[in-house]
Amino acid sequence: MRRLGWTLATLLSHWRRHPTQFATLMIGLIAATALWSGVQAINAQARQSYDRAAAAFGGGRLAMLVPARDETLPQALFAKLRRAGWPVSPVLEGRIATSGVSLRLIGVEPLTLPRAAGPAPALELGIGAADLAAFLLPPGRTLVAPATLRELAAREGDTPALGDGMRLPPLAVQADLVPGTALVDIGVAQRLLDRPGQISRLLVGADDDGPRAPLAEVAGDTLRLIPPGSESDLERLTDSFHVNLTAFGLLSFVVGLFIVYSAIGLAFEQRLPTMRAMRACGVSARGLTAALLVELVGAALAAGVVGCIAGYLIAALLLPDVALSLRGLYGAEVPGELALRPAWWFAGIGMSVAGALAAAAHSLIKAQNLPLIATAHPYAWRTAQQRWLIWQGAAALALAGAALGILAVGDGLVAGFALLAAIMLAAALALPLLLALALHLGARGANTMLTRWAFADSRQQLSGLSLALMALLLALAVNIGVGTMVKSFETSFAGWLDQRLASEIYIRAADDAQARAITAFVATRPEVTAVLPTPRAETRIKGGPVEVLGFADHPTYRDHWPLITATPTLWDDLRDGRALLMSEQLARRLGLAAGDSLRLVTPAGALMLQVGGIYPDYGNPKGQIGLSNDVLFAHWRDAPDTRFSLRLAPDAVPALVAALRRRFALDPAHLIDQAALKRDSMTIFNRTFAVTASLNAFTLGVAAVALLTSLLTLGASRLPQLAPLWAMGVTRRRLAALDLAKTMALALATALAAIPLGLLVAWCLLAVVNVKAFGWRLPFHVFPGQLVQLIAVALAAALLAAALPTLRLSRMKPADLIRVFANER
Amino acid sequence: MNAEMSRRALLRLAALALAGGASSPLRAQGYAGLGQDAAGFARVVPGVALTFPRDHGPHPDFRIEWWYLTANLDGDDKAAYGVQWTLFRQAAMPGPQRDGFDSQQVWMAHAAATSATAHRFAERFARGGVGQAGVEATPFHAFIDAWEMRAGAGADANTLAPLTVSAAAKDFAYTLNLAATRPLVLQGEAGYSRKSDRGQASYYYSQPYFTAEGNLSLDGRRVAVRGQAWLDREWSSQPLAADQNGWDWFSLHLSDDVKLMLFRLRHADGRHFHSGNWIDRDGSHPLSPDSIALTPAAISRVAGRDIPTAWQVAVPARGLSIETAPLNAQSYMATRFPYWEGPIRFRGTHEGQGYLEMTGY
Repeated sequence: MRRLGWTLATLLSHWRRHPTQFATLMIGLIAATALWSGVQAINAQARQSYDRAAAAFGGGRLAMLVPARDETLPQALFAKLRRAGWPVSPVLEGRIATSGVSLRLIGVEPLTLPRAAGPAPALELGIGAADLAAFLLPPGRTLVAPATLRELAAREGDTPALGDGMRLPPLAVQADLVPGTALVDIGVAQRLLDRPGQISRLLVGADDDGPRAPLAEVAGDTLRLIPPGSESDLERLTDSFHVNLTAFGLLSFVVGLFIVYSAIGLAFEQRLPTMRAMRACGVSARGLTAALLVELVGAALAAGVVGCIAGYLIAALLLPDVALSLRGLYGAEVPGELALRPAWWFAGIGMSVAGALAAAAHSLIKAQNLPLIATAHPYAWRTAQQRWLIWQGAAALALAGAALGILAVGDGLVAGFALLAAIMLAAALALPLLLALALHLGARGANTMLTRWAFADSRQQLSGLSLALMALLLALAVNIGVGTMVKSFETSFAGWLDQRLASEIYIRAADDAQARAITAFVATRPEVTAVLPTPRAETRIKGGPVEVLGFADHPTYRDHWPLITATPTLWDDLRDGRALLMSEQLARRLGLAAGDSLRLVTPAGALMLQVGGIYPDYGNPKGQIGLSNDVLFAHWRDAPDTRFSLRLAPDAVPALVAALRRRFALDPAHLIDQAALKRDSMTIFNRTFAVTASLNAFTLGVAAVALLTSLLTLGASRLPQLAPLWAMGVTRRRLAALDLAKTMALALATALAAIPLGLLVAWCLLAVVNVKAFGWRLPFHVFPGQLVQLIAVALAAALLAAALPTLRLSRMKPADLIRVFANER
Repeated sequence: MNAEMSRRALLRLAALALAGGASSPLRAQGYAGLGQDAAGFARVVPGVALTFPRDHGPHPDFRIEWWYLTANLDGDDKAAYGVQWTLFRQAAMPGPQRDGFDSQQVWMAHAAATSATAHRFAERFARGGVGQAGVEATPFHAFIDAWEMRAGAGADANTLAPLTVSAAAKDFAYTLNLAATRPLVLQGEAGYSRKSDRGQASYYYSQPYFTAEGNLSLDGRRVAVRGQAWLDREWSSQPLAADQNGWDWFSLHLSDDVKLMLFRLRHADGRHFHSGNWIDRDGSHPLSPDSIALTPAAISRVAGRDIPTAWQVAVPARGLSIETAPLNAQSYMATRFPYWEGPIRFRGTHEGQGYLEMTGY
């Protein structure tokens, strides 16, 4: 034990003499842990919210009975099932709007609500008797999350007005509710949603509380049983989003480990003499390894804690963006406050330790097998480097082969990311080889002594710098890839919006009567050239939610509607009820192409239709199909006829919008013109990649840190190479300039190499990952301006990283340079 | 004060416990709601003739009401069993009856099955107005979920027999067929049961003369059973005095002819209030409070509490001196309002069996 202490103290003394190297190690570990755990915190937070949202739904933990055909169930069925021994509890759900905020209204029956139902058990656990009585008895209570109360700009006890003269029961805060949700008694919900005697679904409680009659005997075929643990829609829809985040977190982690690996490797090399001396003094190989392990784990633990704290800060910083993205994309509500569980801390610190051990494995094995006496090998580094380059080249080739294999046979989002990982790792491993080759060629062309020395020195430096350069390459490539994807997206999305939103004004009336009044009114306006009903309904195909759009037979659609593929007679077939339109996502999910047939189950029976055309439907997590208005109304008889769009000359739009607003008191949720709608859509889409862009910036930052720390550690160890030159008359300023030029040249070469890699990454993202993650494929565009900009950023990062070591070199005391000759070797 | 008082308190407390969770009975009794008067609810007044079958049904204008059955049974395996089936109704607010989920009626039920080694229980809650729970007078039918008490063919409103009672839960289930030839027993003054000098009273009748036979499953073991059962029916609107700590209540089958109901109400100041009713072929004979002696004889550790599960019971005026012992000392109802309720046996001047209910320990 004592010996271990002394060994450890001796090893640790190295860090005291090389504080920057220690900082490098810690920064690497902290950066790796921070980004990884930050992303994990965000994912965990979001999943928890879905879980709670789903629990209010009844999905997830509880089995559920849902209507097999209709939208709702008669409440009599609830009593009938209870009497037959089924421990069911009714839920009625709908949407309401108050104070300009749209809320999900959930009506529950607290006396029968199963304990595992989610936020509602708080009714029996958290709040007192008086509160339950208040919830049950008139006027009742509306339970909302604190965030919802703020959004409503209301206080507890307020009774916000709904559109139709009704009011919500007094508001009360229930901290663990999902934001955007209002929880009321089911009787209240039936009144507010105007669904007397109706329920949306039945939650099924514990399945061991007495015998039950067979379901079919009680309810015939009116109900469908959904077993517990089924993924909620929200979970499934957002899954790809979180895989995306996780991939970025992992990338940052790997980049961080690059730093750790280089720091540990360097420290090991520098401590070789010390370790040999200790071994000679009687420290066993095992004791030495143990001391190294203790040192490493200690550092990893400390860095893990700091990394987790930094991760928390990053998560807190990113969460608003994530919340916006999730809300914009999926309508998923994620509260802005982070709640962390102990498991998260353990996972973060565990990742730090595991990462440190993985990065140090090579050095630890070397320490275990350290020969006591090594003969001097002046060119040892070069033979070692060559062997090392060959190995890396082989690994790069193997990975490239793996990438091709994945591309050929892989399927799914994970395969898409595996493809990306293989491509990037292959490129990173090949980078030193390419740079060595370039330097070799450059050295041949060099004509002065100094430049030849510079090339040779660069090659010698390569093994020390290559990890940082690899990190830079990866960060740049990802940046180019993601940047290209986002830009491509914007370009095609803007064009798509123009086609999709061909009508000038979109209206959603409050009810049929208002719809009739509005239609009658616009009929009197000569500037309106067409009124196109755009009804909507919802259905499910193969278990997933699908929107049903109604199409009028009008040139607006025939001429403008964006299509990917279509049969030649699409629009006539659609009009005549022979065909349907299908969104790209849904077509991919179902594996259908234009010309295939689909059996569509509707409330009025099944329909056999041809897929007449497939259209892009960017940003919609749900599937979508289009039918002629006649077919839609014939099969969804209770679909409200309250949505329509108007065609008119663009310059007449403001006047008509103003007139409609005045006459029918339509708010922007019910009346919107094309320009505003496009603006809103673009906003949502820009948010989609807000998080991606932020993480991107973080990754680039980590790469810059990697470069900086590598240069700092190298700076100290390269004195023996520089001192002779100085002694031969090269000024320090010249030496520094030369060093800077070398670093910048390497960075530039790396950045140039990153361009083709980045474009390849972009292609992977657009053609593979996006298709799997979101279900749409975007056209691939190259944006040269953006590439130039990124190279500039990379060089700036390199310059910034090289500035400090360069400055140090140019100001180095001659005494330090001379000392090299005194005590080196 | 007498037994129905305790039942009412139980209901009241349980209904509050339903909302309040695991508040202790002591605190629950001091709960503010108990001090309210019956304003808005129908009042219990003397001179109202109970009529059957109408009064077997619910009285929604009154605040509280229950259908309470206990049975002492012998299995074909020679073992003794006990069964409880209880349905409570409470109106959460006075006024016109409201429909559907807006109904102010709240229903709660407890069921239990007890053997010498096992005590299994379950509870159910329901809102009125939607058909999940309720009581119909003709033909008599009381139900909550799949638990029910249903009159058989040719049922007689004056005996409330024949009657089938059933309940099933996770680890027990039973179906009992009840028969009776004696008419219902009207408690107090022709069913008007006075509780205090301050005007508190309830309408109260019983059927202590049921014979029972049927099936019982306990922890997956099924036995045929037969024995005796006792039904209490009561409704009222008045709340309970706030200074009581709990009660100890006995229903005893002294013989096929003679039944005895006794209880003591434990007051905070130690002045326990005793009450009882001797029921025989001639009808009911209220006992004077000082003629009843109830003394705990043994304390058991039940659910982390000390509960007197064995008693010395004496009514010298009737020549009764017995010692009771529980069939299962662990007959604890760990429902949202917890209490002890289980079958007991007694010996001494009389021998037989009955039920004991104890709250507030």
